[in-house]
Amino acid sequence: MDRIPILQMGRALLITIQVDMHDQLALALEEDLAAKIASSGARGVLIDISSLEIIDSFIGRMLDNIAGVSRLMDAETVVVGMRPAVAITLVELGLSLSGVRTALNVDRGMAIIQQRLHDYEIADGD
Amino acid sequence: METNSGDVLVISGSDDVVRVRQAVRAKAIEIGLSLVDQTKIVTAASEVARNTLDHGGGGTATLLTVQNGNRQGLRLIFEDQGRGIADLDRALTDGYTTGKGLGLGLGGAKRLSNEFSIQSTPGKGTRVVIARWK
Repeated sequence: MDRIPILQMGRALLITIQVDMHDQLALALEEDLAAKIASSGARGVLIDISSLEIIDSFIGRMLDNIAGVSRLMDAETVVVGMRPAVAITLVELGLSLSGVRTALNVDRGMAIIQQRLHDYEIADGD
Repeated sequence: METNSGDVLVISGSDDVVRVRQAVRAKAIEIGLSLVDQTKIVTAASEVARNTLDHGGGGTATLLTVQNGNRQGLRLIFEDQGRGIADLDRALTDGYTTGKGLGLGLGGAKRLSNEFSIQSTPGKGTRVVIARWK
């Protein structure tokens, strides 16, 4: 079965969703990511959805779940690059993804994650 | 109003939901829907196709380009021979779900479409028709 790759960069995980996901692929990503957070100790997860042409309620719920699971595992998820037409459609669909932190693009999303990593480094004293 | 004979796609697995999305996108581009309207009809199609698969046990999607005067549109017909929906009003209510979704599927598809109709007979199946006009 296909998998969406999860890249590790220090204490951050990077995911670029480049395919039109069928439901099983989305579910596999949820599980793979939780396992990867546990094994890597990552504190930030950046998900780039700039290639996604639609987000329906299933994919929306997946993003919500990922953010929730990551939070429980002490990692913050930032979803970046949502296309304007996708944002308009999602709101009309009735999904505002209020549990998901978003940023306009990769740069701004990485800045949020770097700040969090920086805060933890001070707190951890490393 | 004129219609063409239409393309029929079988929905029997989650890959087929992706194929329906791609076919609807191609048709929407063909008739010149705006990017936002393309996104709305593709998203609505995805919701209904998933309902056909998960609730109806699979079925078909028929894609029609339709013409009303000088207006062009895209009409999609989803049919299954599944268990049907006993309470349609409830099925269209946000947050109501019998499956694994958020319960936004049919109500969301209705909001994203210019036309929406649903007929269902318990034990016999469900037919959903949605359309988006240029």
